[in-house]
Amino acid sequence: MRTIKASFISKIVSDLSQEANFVLRKDVLLALKLALKKETNERAKSLLESIIENANIAKDEKLAICQDTGLPIVFAELGQDVRIEGDLKTAIIKGVEAGYRKGYLRNSIVQDPLARGKSGYAPCVIHIDIVRGNKLKLTVLPKGFGCENKSKLKMLEPTVDIKEIKQFILNCVKDAGPDACPPYVVGVGIGGTADYAMLLAKKALLKEISRPKTKLERELLKEINKLNIGPMGLGGKTTCLGVNIETYPTHIAGLPVAVNISCHALRSATKTI
Amino acid sequence: MKKIYLPLTKESITGLKVGEELLLSGVIYTARDQAHKRLIETIKKHKKLPIDLKSKIIYYCGPTATPKGKIIGSCGPTTASRMDRFATILIKAGVKGMIGKGRRSNEVTRAIKKHKAIYLLAPAGLGALLSTKVKSKELIVYPELGPEAIYKLKVRDFPVIVGIDSRGKDIYKI
Repeated sequence: MRTIKASFISKIVSDLSQEANFVLRKDVLLALKLALKKETNERAKSLLESIIENANIAKDEKLAICQDTGLPIVFAELGQDVRIEGDLKTAIIKGVEAGYRKGYLRNSIVQDPLARGKSGYAPCVIHIDIVRGNKLKLTVLPKGFGCENKSKLKMLEPTVDIKEIKQFILNCVKDAGPDACPPYVVGVGIGGTADYAMLLAKKALLKEISRPKTKLERELLKEINKLNIGPMGLGGKTTCLGVNIETYPTHIAGLPVAVNISCHALRSATKTI
Repeated sequence: MKKIYLPLTKESITGLKVGEELLLSGVIYTARDQAHKRLIETIKKHKKLPIDLKSKIIYYCGPTATPKGKIIGSCGPTTASRMDRFATILIKAGVKGMIGKGRRSNEVTRAIKKHKAIYLLAPAGLGALLSTKVKSKELIVYPELGPEAIYKLKVRDFPVIVGIDSRGKDIYKI
């Protein structure tokens, strides 16, 4: 048994919260630079340049890449041979809160979704997975709500053609249109149950954009980039920087497909301790 | 890019065309979901508004906290369509310009045309870059709303694109 102190976890989560909000992910930055090379629409090119400039300012000045510093989602993969000294969930929530305060990030969380009221820095959303080993992997994903509001789930029939799956995903992007800060990264979850497919779609956003893609991912990217939505929805080839799909076994009677779109400011930071 | 000095006059608004890129200098006011809700409730109750809306430009924005030594934190636009349910009433109350991101409803477009107002798009997701265009920030009302309070911002060369002009021409429909 290895012991990890809760206070150490808070410290790591605090640092990751700031890093994720200040430093644009390397794979996202690379995808933006590649898109800039391929783009032919003048306005789209200039907007892509501004997005890259914004990332540089944020990193240098320790400013949030986007003012919507999101509802932070923390993924914790906890090795089963680790004993936590203290309370894991409280440590994570406190870590996010401390990081957001320290980084002058936005307090966007309302305690009561109906009564709303004063917004604060807690609680974040936490997903804990128990895995083999004696390590703890922590990931902070600040998810802005402009794009989170465009999430969709469809329970398709198991006998549908692949075209129908693609059409649903394309429709999600069309529906988001110019509103959710394109160019997007499109996270897709296929399989499992309704709730699990949504989680897969969110987790798909954590995959590196630059990794080798499946045929379906490549085809979807091509088709989405033909929609001519472009940066800010003002046209161009660059509607999507990458499509990431996560799959899981499912029931003989169903085919859940979930879409979780990210704006171009796809932010996350990970550390294993 | 055309330089525009605020406040906007009737003539300057009608001279602006959809798709034009502008650099705004002058005063704008932030307001988003909850501030809109409160303003509308006040108007509906025929009570006095805490801010004179006449000829004002509303920026749909909720900035981050202000880091030490800075004027403002990251401060890009939020999705404008969430304010569609309130915008027509505010335009009737005198608001002349709105700055946000994304599409507007047909109802809002009609109100923009009827009252010769304007909807401007700010570059979306570029809050750090836009913070460098803000020269002062002052809390006006609803401090308890935090990032959703109304702030008066003085901006210099703040980049926008005309999204819907005073003729009701919409950049996403042309």
